[in-house]
Amino acid sequence: MSEVKFSKEHEWITLEGDVATIGITKHATEMLGDIVFAELPEKGSTVEKDGTAGVVESTKAASDVYTPVSGEVVDTNQSIVDDPAKINEDPEGGAWFFKLKIKDSSELDTLMNKDEYDKFAKETSN
Amino acid sequence: MEIKKTSLNKLHQSKHAKFVEFAGYEMPIQYGKGIIEEHKFTRSHSGIFDVSHMGQLFIYGDESLTEELEKIFPLDLKNLQQNCSKYSFLMNEDAGIYDDLIITKIEEGYLIILNAACKEKDFEILSNLLGKRFKMNLDNNRSLIAIQGPKSVEILNSIINGVDQLNFMTGNWFDSDNQKLFVTRSGYTGEDGFEISISNDKAEKFVENLIEKGAQLIGLGARDTLRLEAGLCLYGHELDINKTPVEANLRWAISKSRLSNGGFIGSKKIMNQMQDGASQIRVGIKPEGRLIAREKTKIFKDTDKQIGEITSGTFGPSVNGPIAMGYVDKEFSKVDTKILLEVRGKKYPANICALPFYKKSYVKGVN
Repeated sequence: MSEVKFSKEHEWITLEGDVATIGITKHATEMLGDIVFAELPEKGSTVEKDGTAGVVESTKAASDVYTPVSGEVVDTNQSIVDDPAKINEDPEGGAWFFKLKIKDSSELDTLMNKDEYDKFAKETSN
Repeated sequence: MEIKKTSLNKLHQSKHAKFVEFAGYEMPIQYGKGIIEEHKFTRSHSGIFDVSHMGQLFIYGDESLTEELEKIFPLDLKNLQQNCSKYSFLMNEDAGIYDDLIITKIEEGYLIILNAACKEKDFEILSNLLGKRFKMNLDNNRSLIAIQGPKSVEILNSIINGVDQLNFMTGNWFDSDNQKLFVTRSGYTGEDGFEISISNDKAEKFVENLIEKGAQLIGLGARDTLRLEAGLCLYGHELDINKTPVEANLRWAISKSRLSNGGFIGSKKIMNQMQDGASQIRVGIKPEGRLIAREKTKIFKDTDKQIGEITSGTFGPSVNGPIAMGYVDKEFSKVDTKILLEVRGKKYPANICALPFYKKSYVKGVN
């Protein structure tokens, strides 16, 4: 599996062959607070880089989830729809959102690595 | 304008509060553990709320003040006993609500608790209505602390002996630590609890004392989920200048004895609406599934007929599901009416339901 990459919209992405797994970062869940609702893209649909691909809602507000790369949705994680609290518990592990068959692996080149993202998250949250 | 801070601001900081601006004040929205934990802790133990941003208006006077206030509020104040509180409204001539409030008859006159965002304007309106006959003090030297939840009576009574003898919606002056506190048994969560009016310089120590006894600070986020589960209105959401108490389904708060003769501001409109009904009315709404419908969500009957709008909506931690309140056309206001909510361009099923979502546990019969 590839190195984990991160987007400025606080999604993480890993790549295995041409299938990417995408979720939201721990930092994002800390900003959102208790997550109580999740909506995922439809399996078989195509999503475009930086387009919306889902929604999460905390007790306070709704936020869009974006996709950091383009592709076709090949799988979604129904368990976080049934129990959205899982997203707070294990955001960068079991609580992934969706898997994409990616269109263009070079789209990952623009994303941040862990150190860059941690720095970015720290700067933008102050 | 510079943001205002309550006398507990430093304490909030030390408890890792996340702050928001609310009605010109820097207020804690939540602390470290998050809204759901805080909500559940209040329902099972005892939560402390800093509500010092709210207005504490003392109006001093005797029976003549009671007479004047009856021209303003839809209450039978003549027969209200000393130290008893009533929920009421400050209205305009069309019964539009300037503010909702709690008024308590005290020995010196009346104490009125006002919403933070409305208090200055309320003071102006009441000053104009009452003229200069009565001394009025919107007291900025006092903080207001609420303590809510089943353990609150035990905790508070260990600091202020005798509060356990108060009935719901009554209050009294108590002496504690060489100071006079005004304590009412009331609140905004659906739980048993108290609100304590205390001088600013004593507030922090008092709250630290409550924390030592096992209560915890709770932010405005959980205050909102708690009040929504209890079916209680929030000014600026369920209530505003374009809504009347009848439309807000709060006719219980209007004293029956005042309805026959009127004589309070807005009485004509209220009496008409009591007879003919209002065209829209506040209801409880439960979305099916886990969908959350926020304020301003449009409500439909069938697919194309809009019948109303949501005024508050969130996830109810104790109900363990989404809940909302809103206004719908009266013909669709019956419990179990199926409706549709438009969220992010799609329509989702929901049902009109009875309020509250969560059973209240007020203590009514102590004495």
